[in-house]
Amino acid sequence: MSIRVIEDKCTGCTLCVRACPFAAITMQDKLAVIGPECTLCGACVPACKFDAIELIVEQRKPVDKDRYRNVWIVAEQKRGVVQSVTYELIGAGRRLADARGAELHVVLLGAGMDGACKDLVARGADVVHYLDHPAFADYQDEPYSRVLCRLMNTHRPEIVLCGATAIGRSLIPRVAVQINTGLTADCTGLEIDTDGGLMQIRPAFGGNIMATILTPNHRPQMATVRHKVMKEAKPDPKRKGKVVTIEPLKEDAYVRAKVVDFVEEVEATVNLAEADIIVSGGRGLGTPEGFKLIQAFALALGGAVGSSRAAVDAGWIPYSHQVGQTGKTVCPKLYVACGISGQIQHLVGMQSSDTILAINKDPDAPIFTVADFGIVGDLYKVVPAIIDRLNQR
Amino acid sequence: MKIVVCIKQVPDTTNVRINPETNTLVREGVESIVNPFDEYAIEEAIRIKERLDEPAPTGKPATTGKPATTIVVTMGPPQAQAALRQALSVGIDEAILLSDRAFAGSDTWATSYALSKMIEKIGDVDLVLCGKQAIDGDTAQVGPGVAVHLGLPQITFVKKIEEITPKKIRAERMMEEGHQVIECRLPVLLTVVKEINEPRLPSIRGKMRAKKAEITTWTAADLDVDQDSIGLKGSPTVVHKIYAPDRKKEGRVLDGEPADVATDIVSELKRLSLV
Amino acid sequence: MDYQLTELQQEIRDIARRIAEEKIKPVRAQYDEDGAFPWDIVKVCADADLFAVFLPEKYGGLDGGIMELVVATEELSRACGGIALCLAASALGTIPIVLFGTDEQKEKYLPDLAAGKTVAAFALTEPAAGSDASAIQTTAVKDGDYYVINGLKQWITNGGEAGTYVVVTMTDRSKGARGASTFVLEKGMEGFDFGKKEDKMGIRGSTTRELIFRDCRVHKSHLLGREGMGFMVAMKTFDMSRPGVAAQALGIAQGALDEAITYARQREQFGHPIISFQGMQFKIAEMAMRVEAARALIYAVARSIDAGDTRCAKESAMTKAFASDVAMYVTTEAVQVLGGYGYMKEYPVEKMMRDAKITQIYEGTNEIQRSVIATNLIKEYASKK
Repeated sequence: MSIRVIEDKCTGCTLCVRACPFAAITMQDKLAVIGPECTLCGACVPACKFDAIELIVEQRKPVDKDRYRNVWIVAEQKRGVVQSVTYELIGAGRRLADARGAELHVVLLGAGMDGACKDLVARGADVVHYLDHPAFADYQDEPYSRVLCRLMNTHRPEIVLCGATAIGRSLIPRVAVQINTGLTADCTGLEIDTDGGLMQIRPAFGGNIMATILTPNHRPQMATVRHKVMKEAKPDPKRKGKVVTIEPLKEDAYVRAKVVDFVEEVEATVNLAEADIIVSGGRGLGTPEGFKLIQAFALALGGAVGSSRAAVDAGWIPYSHQVGQTGKTVCPKLYVACGISGQIQHLVGMQSSDTILAINKDPDAPIFTVADFGIVGDLYKVVPAIIDRLNQR
Repeated sequence: MKIVVCIKQVPDTTNVRINPETNTLVREGVESIVNPFDEYAIEEAIRIKERLDEPAPTGKPATTGKPATTIVVTMGPPQAQAALRQALSVGIDEAILLSDRAFAGSDTWATSYALSKMIEKIGDVDLVLCGKQAIDGDTAQVGPGVAVHLGLPQITFVKKIEEITPKKIRAERMMEEGHQVIECRLPVLLTVVKEINEPRLPSIRGKMRAKKAEITTWTAADLDVDQDSIGLKGSPTVVHKIYAPDRKKEGRVLDGEPADVATDIVSELKRLSLV
Repeated sequence: MDYQLTELQQEIRDIARRIAEEKIKPVRAQYDEDGAFPWDIVKVCADADLFAVFLPEKYGGLDGGIMELVVATEELSRACGGIALCLAASALGTIPIVLFGTDEQKEKYLPDLAAGKTVAAFALTEPAAGSDASAIQTTAVKDGDYYVINGLKQWITNGGEAGTYVVVTMTDRSKGARGASTFVLEKGMEGFDFGKKEDKMGIRGSTTRELIFRDCRVHKSHLLGREGMGFMVAMKTFDMSRPGVAAQALGIAQGALDEAITYARQREQFGHPIISFQGMQFKIAEMAMRVEAARALIYAVARSIDAGDTRCAKESAMTKAFASDVAMYVTTEAVQVLGGYGYMKEYPVEKMMRDAKITQIYEGTNEIQRSVIATNLIKEYASKK
C-alpha cells in the first residue's frame, strides 16, 4: 500500500500541507512532497480539491464481523479477591452490551472462588465463565493467555475489556497478538459508533493528546481500561445470570515463566520528579501531623507527596520533598497545594503543572492566581471529604 | 550468548502539543529522544553482559563459549539511527535499523511482528529486552507482542534480575502492591521498569566510537515478512482522530460545604481523566 | 558565540555539561557543607573518560591538549568549582610527568591517571614558601641510589586522596634557582604522611592537606627530569596549567551569571521583573562582557599552547589573572543581584563567591601573575630595537 502525489494534478495550493496532522507534507518547487512522517492516515486525500493525492490501501480480508457477539470482561483477581477494576469494567461493559443488544460475559480464572461468581452476576454479568484450578490461583502469563485465547476463538466475543493493571497489561497484549486482533491500551472512554463499532478513546504522548482508535476489520475489539476511570457497577442481588464452569485441559497449566513467590511491598516510594500527581503541604497544615493527611490524600489519588519550603524548614518533612525555587521543579498532570500560600519561590517550582488545585483558608492567597480549581476552606475538613469521595467511587 | 534490545526513537512528549485550532501536532522544538524506558533496557543488557562475562569466584569463566553480544534494534525512519548510536555510545556492541516505507502506519501488532522478524533473522537470540512502554504510544503492548510472535515466554515489568545464567533467569516482576518472583529458562523476553537500574552516561570514547560505527540497515525485503502483516495493512487498529484534551485554565473557585465541594472537585478531576 | 570547537572538544563539553547538571548540581551543597572528597563524582568523570582528555593515547589518553582540559574544567566548574578542582588539580600533578617523565615513568603512572583510577597532586607550597617558591625548605639528600626527603608541604589540593604526588624539593641550596629537584612520589611510601585537612572558605568540595616527609627514602628512578631542574619543571608546568585554572574561574563565573539572570527574570519588585530595570541590565551586561572576554582569552591561549607555541608564559599568566578577577567580580555581583536571597546558603551564589576567591590566590597569586606579565613585557620590549 502506498500514497502518491499525482504531479500533473497538483497545483501547489498547500491545502494538503495544512490538512496533514503529522506535518508530513512540504512544498518543493510548487509540488506537494510527502515525507517519511506520513502515516498513511489519508487526511490529505479529501483535503485536495484537485484529486491530486492517491492513497492505495489494501486491507487484510476483514473477518466476518456478524459471527462475533457479546461483550466480555476479563476479571482480575488477586489471591482469591476480585479487584474493583473488574466492577468498573462491568459497569462500562453493561452499557456497551446494552447499546449492542448483546450479553455481558465475565471470565474468571482462579481457585475456590464460587462466591465471587455470584457476586459478578449481581454486578451485571449475564454469564460468568469460571475456571477453578489450583494452577490458576495466581496469575501467570502463559496459562491465563492460553485459556483466554481458546475461549475467544470458541465464543467469538465482539468486545473484550480488561483492566489496564500490571496483570492486564501483561496478559491482554499476548492474547491480542495471538488471536490476531487489535488492542487499545489505557482507554479513558468507550463508546459505540454509529456503525456499531467500538470507539476506543485514550491519551497519547504522555497525555498531551487524546486519540480515538478503531478496530475496523478485526474481532474481538479489545481494550484495557485504567483503574478508577469508569464507575463501578453496583451489586443487585436480584439479578439473574448463569455460571458456566470451564474445564481446563491438561496442557493449560504448562508454564515456562513460573511464579515462585510473591513479596508484598507496602511502602511504594514515588519519585517526585516523575510523579503524574503531586499533593503538597505547606505552613497552613499547622503541625507536622498534617502530613499524615497529605500522605493519605496522595495515596487516594495515587500520587507523590510534596512540600513547600516552610514545611521543610519547620522540620515537618525532609528536603527531598521540597517543591520550589530551591527545591524541585515539577510539572505533573495534577498538582494539589494544601495550606500553601503560593509565594513566588514555590510557584516557580510548580506553576507549569497541567492542572492545579489549591486548598487554602485565605481567599487572597497568591496560590489561587495560578490554580485551575480553588477551594477556600479548612483543609482539615475539605481534604477528608475529598478522600472519602474518591474512595467511594 | 546473544542479547537483543528493542528500542524506539520518540518525540520528547513533555513538549508535544496539539494546535487546538488546526488539530495538528506541533512539531517545532520537539526533540527526538531514545524512549526513556528503553534506556533502562539498554543499561540492563550491558549489565547482564558484564555479569555473565565476569569470571566466577572459582576463576572459571561464568559463561561457556564466547562472551555475550548485545545488539540493539529499532524500526523507524532513517533518523532513528541517532537512537541506535546512543545505545552504542554507552556500550552496546551492534546496531540494526529496520527502515522501510512499507512499515509506515504500523500499530503495535504490526510493529511487534516486524521486530520479531528482525530477531528471527539475527537468530539464536537468548534474551530480548524491551522498555516497559514507549512514551508516545504508552501502550506497553509491543514487548508482549514480540514475545508471542517469537513464541517466547515473557516476564514483564522487571524491576530486578535476581539471578541470570546462560540457561535461566530469576527476576522480580513489579505489581501494584509488591512483586512476583518468576523463574524461567532462556530464551525469554523481558520488559523493564525504571526501578531496575540507573543508566550510565556515555563515555567520550563511546560517543566517538558510536559516531563512526557501521549501522546495519534492513528493509522489508531483507526480512521474511508477510506483506499483509506489516504497516497499515497489518494493523488491526487505526487512529480515527486526534485532538487536544480539554485543558482550559479555569480559575474556578468551588464553594460550599466540604462534602459538596468534595463531590464537585472529584467529578471535575474525573472529567479531566486525572482520577 | 560559536568557538569552533573540534568534534572531540564538543563531545567533552557535552558530557561534562551533563555530568555537571545531572550529577554535580544535586550534591554540591552537601559537599560544600561536609567537605568530603567527592569520589563518586570522580568515578563518574573517570568512566566518562574526562581524566584522559589531555593525555597521550599511548598511555590511555584521548590525545587532546590544554584546550580539551579547559573545556572539561569550565563545564564542571559551572556546577561546582570545588568538585571540578579534583580533576583540574589532578591534571596539574600529571602534566609534569607528561612533560618531563621518562618512558618508564609515563608507563608506570599515566595509564591509571588517564583512567581516573587514582588522582594526582602537585606539591610546591610550604608554610614559608608561597609566592617565593625559592624559599622552600623541603630537602632531598642524596644517599647512594636513593634520596631522603624531609619537610612539609602545605595546602596541597587532593592531598591525602591522590595516589601520585609530584613534589618539588631542594637538593642543593648553594645552586639557588638551579638547586631544586622534582620527584614523583606515591601515597603509602614510608615516611610520607599527611597532616590535617584544611577547613576552607570555599572550594570545600576539594580536599586540601599538608604533606609530611620524615626520612622518606625514594629511589633515584623517582626523580623527574634531572637534578637541578626542579623549578623549571614547576614553571613549565604552570605555563601549561594556568589556562586550566583560568577555566575553573571562568566556569564559576558562568555558573554565577546563569543564576543571576535566571533569578532576575523571576523576581518581581515594584510590579516588574527586576531584569527590566536598566540598572540591573547594565550590571548583567558588564558581567557577561567580562565572562566572554575571559573565555576568548583562555581559548586563544590554550589553542596556542596546543599548537606548539612555547612562548606563552605571559599570555598564560594573563588568562589566570584575568579570569580569576572576573570570577570574583561576577560572583560578587551575582550575590548582589540576588540581594538578600543571594546572601543565604539556600541559594548557590554565596558559595560561588566563596569558591571564586581562591582562584585569585593559588597557582600563583594574581600579583605574581602580574609580575610575570610585566617581566615578560620588559624582556620583549628590551629585545626590540
